[in-house]
Amino acid sequence: MTSILTNLFDGVAYGMLLFVLACGLAVTLGLMNFVNLAHGAFAMAGGYVCMVLVNRMGWPFFAALPLAFVSSAAIGIALERTLYRHLYARSHLDQVLFTIGLTFMSVAAVDYIQGSSRVFINLPAGLQGQFDLFGIGIGRYRLMIIVICGLLTIGLQMVLAKTRFGSRLRAAVDDPRAASGLGINVPQVFAFTFAFGCGLAGLGGALSAEILGLDPYFPLKFMIYFLIVVTVGGSSSITGPFLASLLLGIGDVAGKYYVPKMGPFVIYTMMIVILIWRPNGLFGRTAAR
Amino acid sequence: MFERKQFSRAAAFAAIAGLTAVAPAKAEDTVKIGMILPMTGGQASTGKQIENAIKLYMQQKGDTVAGKKIEIIVKDDAAIPDKTKTAAQELIVNDKVNFIGGFGVTPAALAAAPLATQAKIPEVVMAAGTSIITERSPYIVRTSFTLAQSSTIIGDWAVKNGIKKVATLTSDYAPGNDALNFFKEHFTAGGGEVVEEVKTPLANPDFAPFLQRMKDAKPDAIFVFVPAGQGGNFMKQYAERGLDKAGIKVIGPGDVTDDDLLNNMGDAVLGTVTAHIYSAAHPSQMNKDFVAAYKKAFGTRPGFMAVSGYDGIHLIYEALKKTNGDTDGTKLVEAMKGQKWESPRGPISIDPETRDIIQNVYIRKVEKADGELYNVEFQTFEAVKDLGKTKK
Repeated sequence: MTSILTNLFDGVAYGMLLFVLACGLAVTLGLMNFVNLAHGAFAMAGGYVCMVLVNRMGWPFFAALPLAFVSSAAIGIALERTLYRHLYARSHLDQVLFTIGLTFMSVAAVDYIQGSSRVFINLPAGLQGQFDLFGIGIGRYRLMIIVICGLLTIGLQMVLAKTRFGSRLRAAVDDPRAASGLGINVPQVFAFTFAFGCGLAGLGGALSAEILGLDPYFPLKFMIYFLIVVTVGGSSSITGPFLASLLLGIGDVAGKYYVPKMGPFVIYTMMIVILIWRPNGLFGRTAAR
Repeated sequence: MFERKQFSRAAAFAAIAGLTAVAPAKAEDTVKIGMILPMTGGQASTGKQIENAIKLYMQQKGDTVAGKKIEIIVKDDAAIPDKTKTAAQELIVNDKVNFIGGFGVTPAALAAAPLATQAKIPEVVMAAGTSIITERSPYIVRTSFTLAQSSTIIGDWAVKNGIKKVATLTSDYAPGNDALNFFKEHFTAGGGEVVEEVKTPLANPDFAPFLQRMKDAKPDAIFVFVPAGQGGNFMKQYAERGLDKAGIKVIGPGDVTDDDLLNNMGDAVLGTVTAHIYSAAHPSQMNKDFVAAYKKAFGTRPGFMAVSGYDGIHLIYEALKKTNGDTDGTKLVEAMKGQKWESPRGPISIDPETRDIIQNVYIRKVEKADGELYNVEFQTFEAVKDLGKTKK
């Protein structure tokens, strides 16, 4: 019984992590209709920024996390203004080719600057280890991930649904021409959204170093997971990817625990079954745009 | 000498030589060694260590042997066997190399094997560790190790030292399966019991569920083999899950506590017992000098891959000395058979029957010295042959 709950806990933490990493992609793909395969590169950038600050310059871990967000967002906005915006109107194939190229460049650049070996972020002692709660093993670090990611999700959903910026964004996505006719500065809204998505990826990268490992091949290794989250969740809202992340996280952990021989296939099997059942994802719009 | 771009120049040179239909006179007094290494990709640290070690060796011993100048050409295969094969072809056909060497992973070494046989040039394997490799071509000689060497030893050691129940966690590919099978054979023969067996996918993001399974099986120890690089993740999550506090030890072949990464793993790794061929803390004077020189030149500690590279180039030098500079591949392989020398890892030799390495295997425990983590050797199994050959 307790091992079921421990697995559930691990699965939720893993799912939350996937969500923070992938939700920026859901935003760019779903809201802005832009295929950004370089998404993992922003996550990696955040992870490395956090690593350098904590390990080399002695910053406390919790001070470095916001900076991971800020620096990835800054890189995001710089690239959006200089490169990405020229590709919004281009075909998806152009976008894929461009961003996959960017991914390879980021891999090579980080390999050159930081070397190819895997790095870890030195955690404060308070975040290490596990404690027992009614016999359930709770990892401190994983608990922190659940708290941070849970708060972020609630915040994001509030911003999108309740604020003026959220409605502008939704308007800009639904019909950019009408929105700009109404005086909404569409490129600015997109740039801001893009940067925010990149920032979230950066935060996710910093958080995931401990669990997934951080090396220059991060963007390529985890691209597939981000894409699974977005395709399964559907990309029209953020609740879709959120529930999809949780489902995949729990499914992956449970699959590896109970049927270790089949473990690696569980996540893909789930994706296939869900996509056969609902081709637009769990919460996708029924009519493809 | 150490240019990766050498290839284009050499190709141009070969083309000119072909045009004028004159055999390149220069080839008479140079010996070319084509190194195929993973310089990019997940195995890049292997490639870098071997390249560094060869540079160091040539700085120390000079670049001339038996009147021949040694020229190294490095090619990156990113540990992808297709690329290995292409690189080997280019090196043999265009650059006319006299040796090929390196090979970060087993599939890469196997991909080059038929080419070595066809071209009759020695293939010196300096990293890959599956037993079958040397059986695939009579021109393959190995200076690294085999997983059978370290896995059988740790299996024997474990039963004799009060470990009765073991859960295994190995990566699901050839070396992982080698490690698992040889360990199991020796461990169960001695009366031990394997209570849980998990094979993890090679690209594995999170060890959590597998480790939870290990914990619930309540073994005395976990036998682990994961490729270099994943060891750190494994050890961190092992500690996070409190397996160390539950009294479950980690044992395995030494890949999991590779010197290259050991220092980053944190104190959770303290007390891990592994069997392996080399530790940077090996107490011989030769090793102390080697570690000091390597650190001075490259700023990092050498790992077992660096030593394998160092011994690989040494073997090539010795073979050339023995043939007096004759570059006939068959003679060179003959000259390599039975070579015996003192390496930073201890005394080693090349088995004349299998062309594989015979070496000491050490049982080591991770301990802290001068604020750094080291594998400290405390027991030696001398002159271990590879026990994994299919043709006995």
